[in-house]
Amino acid sequence: MDFSFVFFYLFAAVLLGSAFMVVAARNPVHAVLFLILAFVNAAALFLLLSAEFLAMILIVVYVGAVAVLFLFVVMMLDVDFAELKQGFLQYLPIGALIGVLFLIELIAVASIVVTGGKIAGAPLVVNAVAQGARNVSNVKAIGDALYTTYVYYFEGAGLILLVAMIGAIVLTLHRREGVKRQSAAEQNARTKLAAVELRKVPFRQGV
Amino acid sequence: MADILLALLLTAIKSVVLLVVLLICVAFILLADRKIWAAVQLRRGPNVVGPFGLLQSFADLLKFVFKEPIIPSGASKGIFLLAPLVTCILALAAWAVIPLQAGWAIADINVGVLYIFAISSLGVYGVIMAGWASNSKYPFLAALRCAAQMVSYEVSIGFVIITVLMCAGSLNLTSIVQAQDTRLGFLGWYWLPLFPMFVVFFVSALAETNRPPFDLMEAESELVAGFMVEYSSTPYMMFMLGEYVAVVTMCALTTILFLGGWLSPIPFIPFTWIPGPLWFVLKVCLVFFMFAMVKAMVPRYRYDQLMRLGWKVFLPISLFMVVVVAAVLQIFGWAPVGG
Repeated sequence: MDFSFVFFYLFAAVLLGSAFMVVAARNPVHAVLFLILAFVNAAALFLLLSAEFLAMILIVVYVGAVAVLFLFVVMMLDVDFAELKQGFLQYLPIGALIGVLFLIELIAVASIVVTGGKIAGAPLVVNAVAQGARNVSNVKAIGDALYTTYVYYFEGAGLILLVAMIGAIVLTLHRREGVKRQSAAEQNARTKLAAVELRKVPFRQGV
Repeated sequence: MADILLALLLTAIKSVVLLVVLLICVAFILLADRKIWAAVQLRRGPNVVGPFGLLQSFADLLKFVFKEPIIPSGASKGIFLLAPLVTCILALAAWAVIPLQAGWAIADINVGVLYIFAISSLGVYGVIMAGWASNSKYPFLAALRCAAQMVSYEVSIGFVIITVLMCAGSLNLTSIVQAQDTRLGFLGWYWLPLFPMFVVFFVSALAETNRPPFDLMEAESELVAGFMVEYSSTPYMMFMLGEYVAVVTMCALTTILFLGGWLSPIPFIPFTWIPGPLWFVLKVCLVFFMFAMVKAMVPRYRYDQLMRLGWKVFLPISLFMVVVVAAVLQIFGWAPVGG
């Protein structure tokens, strides 16, 4: 007998409610704040599954970094959402299609876990379940999976992110001529001799 | 059923006791901050309320609470009032995992360091929400600056934490302290072998908690009060409180990661009789004293210098140190087993 189901329904309800409000909120900033609430509740659900490492990483990465940038952009862009929602219905079929696809995938994953991983092609899930059974802390379990079995996929994902980052920098970097820039190294390297010139000024004549 | 309720009740009582003690400590820490600052400038500091001004913080509390909170008419009311609550509650929530002694944490969880890191990374939201909800351009601009600052320095704090984790082999705060328990006393704590990281962590902690010389979001001599311009009375007090609690949390985290937590600095008999929590508090006070001295002595950074320091100096150094520490641990076979 444990109480975790109470918390499960609490977090799940808040998660669904805030996810709905992300779409329904009129103010885009409110929508992003609801998105953050949804992230936090998802992290709480991870905690209930005793996947504490994933929960904390979700908060650090998504809430602490990604959502902050989201919020930045939405606050500064001054988007008029009422205007954006004019053509909302024409995107409905695509949205519904993606939603259904996600639903099917979720059901597939859930059924793998329920059937104890009898279906082929689900090694990661099985691995995670097996690790949990062996009572290893999930930091160690995830580390083992990421850096041994799946090390190439992991590094590949890292490389793709790096390429994306360099791409973004290259696209936005403009080198303009004739702009005065401060160079900290140059500033620090200045000495008194180079910066100050002492002159003997003749009396009543000026420099 | 009954024992679960009892456990819940016990946790609630522990939390309340912790919060009361913590808030009283923060009141005196605030006073100490002002006193140290005054002493460096050869002033007396607050000295009217109570003996030596000891009750000044409580007088300030009363003053804040009895003033009228003013909400600007154009403000987004809900978020405007939520922002100080978020700051304050998050700052207090971090203390759930901090161990004052082996087993003296309310929640001695496996990923304690990550928990504190996550909570402190959420602290940005109080600032952004306050700046946006005030519906005024000065708080908004200050909030953007401040959020950029806090996000930048989190990166190097993360890398510093990783080096400590590699040495300790655990994410649990209690185990990290116990990993520093060698026969060498204070020479065996991580501040010495990881000295560059200690410095980077200390400076990043100053920047993360917006303490001087990185208090660009407040910069009271230039920007009035940054993102809190529109706040008054109790909401303003909650920002102040959240800020100081976050500072004390960072001091405690420095103590745990680098200064051996509750361990006695000299591991011999008369010193080991002194209880651990006392050592912990003394170390936190020492780190806070350094924070306060930095505030009193170092002039404020310019914003571009701040960003340069975070991204071009601290990030490469800490990244490089992660590689070096990992290599040293691997080559000499010092890497801890387990986890």
